[in-house]
Amino acid sequence: MAAPLAVVIGGSAGSLEVLRPVVRALPPVIDCPVVVVIHLPSHSSGLAELLGADTPLTVKQAEDKEPLSAGVIYIAPPSYHLLIESGATFALSVDPPVHYSRPAIDVLFESACDVYGPNLIGVLLSGASEDGAAGLQEIHAAGGTTIVQSPLSAEVAIMPAAALALFQPTYLWSPNELASGLSQLLSGRSA
Amino acid sequence: MRLEISEPEIRQLLEIVYQRYHYDFRQYAGASLKRRLQQALTHFHCASLAELQERLSDDQSAFPQLLEYLTVQVSDLFRDPEFFLALRRQVTPLLATYPSLKIWIAGCSTGEEAYSFAILLAEEGLLDRTRIYATDINDGSLRKAQKGVYPLDRMRQFTMNHRAAGGHGSLSDYYHAAHDSAVMSPGLKQHITFADHSLATDSIFSEVQLVSCRNVLIYFDRTLQDRALGLFNDALCRRGFLCLGTKESVRFSAYGHRFQELSPEQKIYRRVD
Repeated sequence: MAAPLAVVIGGSAGSLEVLRPVVRALPPVIDCPVVVVIHLPSHSSGLAELLGADTPLTVKQAEDKEPLSAGVIYIAPPSYHLLIESGATFALSVDPPVHYSRPAIDVLFESACDVYGPNLIGVLLSGASEDGAAGLQEIHAAGGTTIVQSPLSAEVAIMPAAALALFQPTYLWSPNELASGLSQLLSGRSA
Repeated sequence: MRLEISEPEIRQLLEIVYQRYHYDFRQYAGASLKRRLQQALTHFHCASLAELQERLSDDQSAFPQLLEYLTVQVSDLFRDPEFFLALRRQVTPLLATYPSLKIWIAGCSTGEEAYSFAILLAEEGLLDRTRIYATDINDGSLRKAQKGVYPLDRMRQFTMNHRAAGGHGSLSDYYHAAHDSAVMSPGLKQHITFADHSLATDSIFSEVQLVSCRNVLIYFDRTLQDRALGLFNDALCRRGFLCLGTKESVRFSAYGHRFQELSPEQKIYRRVD
């Protein structure tokens, strides 16, 4: 695969329990940014703090017009869509929810795909909506690396199953495989 | 999957829109604009932006529809109640020291923000001395804003927002129900002037004590953000108030030094000097 320039991760119900070990397993130094959209109630803004406790990497809420930096994990702010612009900067929007969600995973994935194409890794986790499936399909079609949590291992299988209904991802992984596999992809070793 | 459209195609369309219709989207943030154009293509059953251009040439009713996709923003009454609570507690006591007030709601879309300000000012005893200028580039939105008619089923959420924003009385004092609609009261409307104004191409029109422009700048690129903030700086009186969206900031702009934070959380600033 091409060297990753960015990782985008999306999930909903049952995804936080998977994401935390994945973040914990990341190498202490990584050469690309990681961008996360997890559906949470609009008032919960503590995800960056929560994940920050799991890793020496910087974890922060993405800000409008902020340039993406390697080695930083960015979280979408509650109630805003998070997009990536062509100059590798963030943009926010309050456009209507997609699949009843704002932030929506599709919005992040599709805009990231436009910028990074084959150099993008997309990860879709457990969730109770179909958000993210279409976006991950675009990453797949652009030649990027796609990782889907295996529906059998997911607390709620709707989200990963929606992706599998559209295309065959590069990797179909259990939470344990995800933690070690993503870490290996980002260490430059083959998974 | 979305229809693929390229940046050169988008630039070409925006250039045509500017030359032919005098709406300037050329400095809008690209990623959201692209999503909206893709939605417009679906609406028009066009396979490409070239096809959309032909449609614009052939059908005069097409452009106003496209404009809806490019500009329209759905908002709420008292959106982000914490903002209005901060406004009520920290700003209205200072506004009360002015004998007359002018307030500019920039990018008012269908009017929700303007009516929220009018209600809050009425509750704080300031509306009688206030003129609110609510501006937008979309004539259709301005007409809806002027009518001030919202679906009645949205009022439940609006009422909760109003209460969380420290509203004293009942929100229903400020509208009447007609069938399945809520019609904002004439007592509010007489203090609001809805007008066509573009932050991309127009200049300032009045000195004002407060500007509210929330969740508009996120759709602009940095150059256009700076232009808009420059207009606000020029329009505001000394020590005037600027309100931005909770995820917007003057920090990275050329006008950052012109504003100091009054409520960092709610992005309320005061013009310095």
